[in-house]
Amino acid sequence: MTAKMIRWAAVAFAAGIALTSSIAAAQETAVVYPLITPTRHEWSFAGIFGQYDKAQLQRGYQVYKEVCSACHSMKLVKFRNLSDEGGPGFSEDAVKVLASTYSIQDGPNDAGDMFERPRLPSDPFPSPFANDNAARAANGGALPPDMSLLAKARAVHRGFPWFVFDMFWPYQEQGPDYIASLITGYQDPPEGVTVPEGTYYNPHFINGISLRMPPPIDNDVVQYSDGTPQTKEQYAEDVSAFLMWAAEPHLNARKELGLKVMLFLIVFAGILYFVKRQVWRGVAH
Amino acid sequence: MSGHSTYVPRTAIGKWFEARLPIVRLLHDTAVSYPTPRNLNALWTFGGILAMMLVVQIVTGIVLAMHYAAESHVAFRSVEGIMRDVNWGWLIRYLHANGASMFFIAVYVHIFRGLYYGSYKAPREILWILGVIIYLLMMAAAFMGYVLPWGQMSFWGATVITNFFTALPIVGQPIQTLLIGGFSVDNATLNRFYSLHYLLPFLIAGVVVLHIWALHVVGQNNPLGIDVKNDKDTVPFTPFATSKDAMWMVLFLIFYAWFVFYQPNFLGHPDNYIEANPLATPAHIVPEWYFLPFYAILRAIDFNLGPIDSKLGGVLAMFGAIAVLAFLPWLDTSKVRSGRFRPIFKVAFWLFGLNALFLGFLGSVKTDDIIMGMQAVVWAKLSTLYYFLYFLVILPLLGYIEKPRPLPVSINDAILAKSAH
Repeated sequence: MTAKMIRWAAVAFAAGIALTSSIAAAQETAVVYPLITPTRHEWSFAGIFGQYDKAQLQRGYQVYKEVCSACHSMKLVKFRNLSDEGGPGFSEDAVKVLASTYSIQDGPNDAGDMFERPRLPSDPFPSPFANDNAARAANGGALPPDMSLLAKARAVHRGFPWFVFDMFWPYQEQGPDYIASLITGYQDPPEGVTVPEGTYYNPHFINGISLRMPPPIDNDVVQYSDGTPQTKEQYAEDVSAFLMWAAEPHLNARKELGLKVMLFLIVFAGILYFVKRQVWRGVAH
Repeated sequence: MSGHSTYVPRTAIGKWFEARLPIVRLLHDTAVSYPTPRNLNALWTFGGILAMMLVVQIVTGIVLAMHYAAESHVAFRSVEGIMRDVNWGWLIRYLHANGASMFFIAVYVHIFRGLYYGSYKAPREILWILGVIIYLLMMAAAFMGYVLPWGQMSFWGATVITNFFTALPIVGQPIQTLLIGGFSVDNATLNRFYSLHYLLPFLIAGVVVLHIWALHVVGQNNPLGIDVKNDKDTVPFTPFATSKDAMWMVLFLIFYAWFVFYQPNFLGHPDNYIEANPLATPAHIVPEWYFLPFYAILRAIDFNLGPIDSKLGGVLAMFGAIAVLAFLPWLDTSKVRSGRFRPIFKVAFWLFGLNALFLGFLGSVKTDDIIMGMQAVVWAKLSTLYYFLYFLVILPLLGYIEKPRPLPVSINDAILAKSAH
């Protein structure tokens, strides 16, 4: 009886897939942004066994620090996170020194005055602007988004039927793919297309044909010390990986634990299957 | 099938309790000796799976509440604090967020099982209606829970959904103001939603007790949809149903863990990782996936109908789509419960299932998107029409025009006939 039910479900499922794929195929596209789907990159942290690449996170931090942080804040990340397990893996001493190169207002002290002191590992990354209004004023009216969660806050709709496949063949790297594509995606507008004053054409932008951020990086702008090629593409990948870590600092732990939980549950389910079979043996049903 | 209790206290402490509070007897009768039809298939394990998910949600929710701050300036950051700084916080939060989706997946399987096998028919009407009430409470709890992280979709989802109430004439506006605690979604909204989000699961637990009580009075339906005749048709709950339920619960946990550990954000919306901003409306506001079919029905009504404008019409259609479920026991006029013996019903039922999925898809696209040469909103109208036709026309008529296949004499006979092949 169950077999029959499963057959029915399978037929219904197949019919559903067929119906909806034809829908997807026939879907006429009005203008949908981004004009170009993000390029898929190879990420060390993709897939079931994926883990962050420490060296890449360190390079990514360097790019963030030397380039992005001029405009983009990262308020949710603290210096101490740089030495956390599963992160870029800086030493605690290095983090202490690094943090102390920035100052922060503290206080009031015993005299009731506010004072500046060097940052501690427990302090957050400094923000480039005092507040959002200052950030807008300095950037032609556009607010450079905070980068703490950017890699999880941007995902280009995959549409039907892709999202169904993504369920079983996980694709959770849409954010870094998008960011890396955007950084390297600037180009001259095609003939006949004019972009609004003060914006830059980028067919990878999620919300229109152009954005206010100028092309942020070029070859050889950041000096890597480990001999990694100093190309725009490499910078884009490294900083995107770093942003993914900033948004999801416990990814390594999550995937490690996930494997153990999965193995446990599968073995447990197997045992329960035999228990059930034993219990029901000799009982027609 | 609340028959005679077979429990006999054997130990001294068992006898002591039996004379004062026969709770062991209650548990024994409910979870051990309770007779269950022996022909139940795997779909019948989803009741147990749902009970498990309710416990998971309450336990993870209580832990989250220890670290969460329901104040509009810090709510978003407190959730991120859980994700970053609380020990195992990321796990608890991903379990809870994905747990809501798993809860709905399980409840949809449970509901469609009931629809197919006619589990709503006499004598199970109250059992069914209690289920509809649980479903409504679940929707309210899930909606309010989604507001708590105070992301962009939280805020704008809350704005759109509470705005439904203003569609009601005269009382609409005051109800909305009371619900959100002001004239726009703000800190007051967040606070009352948090309070209610903590309350509702316990109301659900209460109604679940009634649901199970009613189930134990009338007994389980089964894939044949015929009444249990005698002991030959049943097996005791323990160990038979327990062993099967346990296996399927763990299989369900594997599915759940797959999302929690490998794609915890697949079922959420990326915009909810942007803090709520009343000044920036997202390009495309969509509810959580489990509300999408109803969202499609809401948006399908874009025309005025006499004194009912399109807004009120949409809201009525949406709530009507849920309310109609409560009347199902009387709308389906067929005396035969199981769809297995109803050739025409079977077709209508599977169409209904596909149609519900299609409505979900329509809820996720923009109304003016072109799909198979037609605007999504036109498809939504057709789909909404079928949704209501199924309940209000097809099911009432089928009882009169459909000729069901012959029913087996008893569950035991059917099993013997099957194993004789």
